[in-house]
Amino acid sequence: MSISSLCATRRVSLTIIRPSFSFLTNGHSIPYGVNFIRRTPSCSQSRITNVTRLFSSRPHNPKVPEVPTWKPVAEDQLPTPAHIPADLVDKLERLALVDFRTKQGLACLEKAIRFADQLHVVDTSGVDPMDSVLEDRALYLRDDTVMEGDCAEELLQLSKNTVEEYFVAPPGNIPLPKREERAAMLKHSEF
Amino acid sequence: MCLYFNGSASQKQVFSFAMAHSCFVFLSLHVCSRGFLCLVVPCLDSLCLSASQQLVGVVGLEIHAQINSNTKLFSSSPVCFLAPPNSLVSFFDASLPGTLPVLNRRCVEAAVMTGLALDCTINRKSLFDRKHYFYADLPAGYQITQQRRPIAVDGMLTYSLLGGIKRSQVIKKNVHIKQIQLEQDSGKSLHDDVRSQTLIDLNRAGVGLMELVMEPDMSCGEEAAAAVRELQLILQALGTCQGNMSEGQLRVDANVSVHRPGEPLGIRTEVKNINSVRYLARAIDYEIQRQIDILQRGGTVQNETRAYDAKLGETIPMRDKEGLQDYRFMPEPNLPPLIVFEDNASLPAGIDACQAVVLQKIREGLPELPSVKRDRLVQMYGILPEHSFTLVNEDGLMEYFEAVLKETKAGPRKVTGWVTNELLGQLRQQDMSVAQSLISPLALAELLELQETGHISSSVAKQVFQEMWSSGKTALQIIQEQDLGLISDTAQLHSICQKVVDSHPDEVHAIRNGNKKVLNKLMGLVKKETRGRADPVLLLMRL
Repeated sequence: MSISSLCATRRVSLTIIRPSFSFLTNGHSIPYGVNFIRRTPSCSQSRITNVTRLFSSRPHNPKVPEVPTWKPVAEDQLPTPAHIPADLVDKLERLALVDFRTKQGLACLEKAIRFADQLHVVDTSGVDPMDSVLEDRALYLRDDTVMEGDCAEELLQLSKNTVEEYFVAPPGNIPLPKREERAAMLKHSEF
Repeated sequence: MCLYFNGSASQKQVFSFAMAHSCFVFLSLHVCSRGFLCLVVPCLDSLCLSASQQLVGVVGLEIHAQINSNTKLFSSSPVCFLAPPNSLVSFFDASLPGTLPVLNRRCVEAAVMTGLALDCTINRKSLFDRKHYFYADLPAGYQITQQRRPIAVDGMLTYSLLGGIKRSQVIKKNVHIKQIQLEQDSGKSLHDDVRSQTLIDLNRAGVGLMELVMEPDMSCGEEAAAAVRELQLILQALGTCQGNMSEGQLRVDANVSVHRPGEPLGIRTEVKNINSVRYLARAIDYEIQRQIDILQRGGTVQNETRAYDAKLGETIPMRDKEGLQDYRFMPEPNLPPLIVFEDNASLPAGIDACQAVVLQKIREGLPELPSVKRDRLVQMYGILPEHSFTLVNEDGLMEYFEAVLKETKAGPRKVTGWVTNELLGQLRQQDMSVAQSLISPLALAELLELQETGHISSSVAKQVFQEMWSSGKTALQIIQEQDLGLISDTAQLHSICQKVVDSHPDEVHAIRNGNKKVLNKLMGLVKKETRGRADPVLLLMRL
């Protein structure tokens, strides 16, 4: 649906490599078609994973380099590593509804931030901020015609818990633990 | 992250945000004139009167209008009220991985048309943003909305109230429209407290909404109700929203605060859960009074969200909004900017004219708006402005009026009187709509025709009207059965008059002495005797 429309405006040539969103029925959650190809017969050990857009005819878009062209930025060029105070962990956990107040969790977050720090090295002076690389493309507008829906059975199958034709969720608005309780919880974690 | 499709997601807590509301801005203020009463909203203890204590209400509104379209905003699944649960859901609506939004042109055009009708500036380039919050009926974990640059800004809604001592004066008021933004609706949650679970129906998830943000230019419930009613009529005339509040097509949240005129605005509360225009007025007036009471007791108003309980007639606090509320707005990366073009000539090469949203085309297609319709009624039929107001504001009343008018020789003013007084009065009493009227336009026309041709007097006509309503018989049947026709037999009339004159010698004496006023008493007595069937002109001559 939308993928094909966006691709169309981007002039990526299209044909179908998969007949449909079969991932829904066969249980593999792969949103894009994935081709495993051997680059050369000589390097039989290394497999390059080439991810192509669903419905894309060619496994490779000439505008995309075949191999990664980035190289790591030297540590001394980066700003000083961000320190993540406990309060910030607290806030992030609330916003993301993800538990990560363990040593590993924190290390992982710090590594992610460190990785993003490399962007500071890029010189963006004189370049207006962009929302997306699609900014200069025309937004495709669809006709107001019913084309989908009516797949309750298919969707409900994906849910662990259903009642009649409803999805079942835990009751909303579970109050968050009080500030002090959270502090206590933080203290007792490995973190 | 997706709570439902893999049960293992962290569910330790779910943030509690109801609908998405992004803008709370108070800029200008109005002081309410006193003592307005309104026909549309039979209100209310008049809070506008509290000016004596100097504290006045300030009301701003956020209105979510469901766009009247066949399909949803970003997916081509159908939009329909009361369909079996989850039967109108596409993979995108359920936010399955790999799905992308595709914008519905109809929704864009509806928002642009609404913007034009409300004198907004249409942004030639508008942007989409993600607003993040966790709630079970929002499977993506964010809502696509227009936070930074909405499709329309800076408009004006002109509405009228009936005011003055006899509620017969049409008073025009303005409220500024800050912006109109396109956004997705959420799904619906059904809370099962017994089993402590929530049932989720995603049929509504992804339906297109226009969020209209009105500046706090209103000062009481009645003004807010009148503004919403006018907006509802405009949206219905445009066909961009069906405007049925009970089906949630028009949802109103009110931001209410009180202050002394000239001073900074007070702390506001947000009142939600209002599902009719009548309740809107009551909820706001209750809230203003509640805040005034708190301040006069020396307390402070809490900034909180409150729900209106129609049974209690009160606003009650809703779940406490988390102090820490961060919607983490970010640009929607999957949607390039939305461009609206002035006319076909300004279309860049390579853009299909039927693909683009063109202002000129939409402007030309604007239908007659309610305010124009009222003016037309006044001009065409020579009726009073306040009557045109009632005719247009009551659902179906204008059509009823015109249907009656077509079938009778009675003049428009007379028909207006009957329709706005007798008919509407009866409907109000029974809490019915015009469509539910027990008397059809044709039946009313027949009654008026009988009066017009001199078969019955006006007082009998009113009596017959009541009779028609309760018995369902036609006017002619009732008149014949109860012998209510005017007595045109002069001999019969003469004998009745003679009887009255004979039995009241004192009054006759007074008249002979020049006190003509006493004649009216005799007239009244004859009327009593004839049960209103005497032709007053004929009667006067006889006496």
